[in-house]
Amino acid sequence: MATSTSWSTATVAEVDRPDGRLARVRLDVADRVAHRPGQHYVVRLRAPDDYTAQRSYSIASDPADPLVELMVERLPDGEVSGHLHDVLEPGDQLEVRGPLGGDWFTWAGETTAVAVGGGSGIVPIVSMLRYAARTGQADRLRVIAVGRSLDELPYAEELLAAGAFVALTRENLGSRVAAPPYPEEVRDLVDLPTPAERAYVCGSVGFASFATRVLGEAGMRVSEIRVEQFGASG
Amino acid sequence: MPVTRGFTGKRRGEAAGRSDRLPPGQYDVGREWPTLTAEATPHLDPEHWSITVDGLVEKPVTWSWRELHALPGDAYFGDIHCVTTWSRFDVTFAGVSVDVLLEAAGPLPEAAYVMAHSTTGYTTNLPIADLTGGKAWVVWEADGKPLSDEHGGPVRLLVPHLYFWKSAKWVTRLELMARDRPGFWEQNGYHDRGDPWLEQRYQGDP
Ligand SMILES: Cc1cc2nc3c(=O)[nH]c(=O)nc-3n(C[C@H](O)[C@H](O)[C@H](O)COP(=O)(O)OP(=O)(O)OC[C@H]3O[C@@H](n4cnc5c(N)ncnc54)[C@H](O)[C@@H]3O)c2cc1C
Repeated sequence: MATSTSWSTATVAEVDRPDGRLARVRLDVADRVAHRPGQHYVVRLRAPDDYTAQRSYSIASDPADPLVELMVERLPDGEVSGHLHDVLEPGDQLEVRGPLGGDWFTWAGETTAVAVGGGSGIVPIVSMLRYAARTGQADRLRVIAVGRSLDELPYAEELLAAGAFVALTRENLGSRVAAPPYPEEVRDLVDLPTPAERAYVCGSVGFASFATRVLGEAGMRVSEIRVEQFGASG
Repeated sequence: MPVTRGFTGKRRGEAAGRSDRLPPGQYDVGREWPTLTAEATPHLDPEHWSITVDGLVEKPVTWSWRELHALPGDAYFGDIHCVTTWSRFDVTFAGVSVDVLLEAAGPLPEAAYVMAHSTTGYTTNLPIADLTGGKAWVVWEADGKPLSDEHGGPVRLLVPHLYFWKSAKWVTRLELMARDRPGFWEQNGYHDRGDPWLEQRYQGDP
């Protein structure tokens, strides 16, 4: 599918920064084009002298949501994430472009899939999960969410409530001791109740190589693993 | 387009002085080299790797790892630009000029486009003019070290005057074509040519 999108204006409807590490930004996008779960927007900031900075942010919202929701992690000294955290208020206008990313890293129920997200890499998977819940296809998408602690994992409560498998690496969760997902834990989700046909992996470079390796060991065909990498560079 | 309330820009100071080398919308990533890949990173054994030039040529040619190294070598020193907005200055790549490979295969007069194919199934399309005249290489070394798996090792295409998604990693085939055909990212909404100086990022850009 080819999409042709141009810049449009988004008005900030809501900003939440529950703990200062994550900012949930909800945008009212002019002339909005419907997205597929997994796609992203580019946000461009413009200074009075026309200097601009632009960065990509995955869409967290379900396509049926009247607003576009982004979840932005604050990076130390980050130019764009810093502005979204420190300055942005409801009523502000931003330049945005999207949805982008074509069909590659998207899921709308075509296959049974397992989706593995690390840290802010969970954001596009949350869109898939919300879509699956609304369309009654929750059984076709198995989600593995990996974070350091519950506080640092975007959408942790929502993921747990939706039945996602959450692995924390720095903090125990119930009876599960802090650790990355074990091969057996991944294998269960890849295989049961029927083998997943496709896998999605999103997170930092290090996380993506870990997750693709574990999925491969769990029997997922490498050609069926689709990867989106972002976050700190590697 | 509206000015963003309260935004002045943090990174511009760092770009100053080098701004003549920074295409619009890009920032200087320093000595880091981010990786972006759409599929699982393969590990390829050079001994079982080869590259083929075929399609609209007089005779298709395949080079093994050893045969490729026996060709007259060449190097690129300069900048690279990724569509995700980072640019990296002063990178050295060693390999062989694509001109040498095309010359050996003999493009037919009707060959006007090239599809680069990777072992992963990744493809990217280029006008032949973007690969000839000393503008493109297949390379196996970056900054004096063998190209690592995540940067496309053992061998990747290098087309530094275009956004880096055109520099296909794990390249094994250059297919010459009469007509243009979109490759992987081009089918997924990215620009057909990808000139960073014209900010040709997505379809619909100039
Ligand atoms: C497809 C895609 C989807 C994405 N989705 C999300 C998402 O859903 N949520 C999310 O939070 N992020 C997402 N990202 C990442 C996001 O685009 C940005 O990379 C991130 O917000 C950082 O941008 P920034 O401007 O805040 O930081 P930058 O200013 O770009 O800096 C990045 C880091 O590098 C450091 N740095 C930069 N320049 C220098 C320098 N000269 N010297 C030393 N250090 C330096 C900064 O301290 C900072 O820690 C996504 C990326 C992609 C490609």
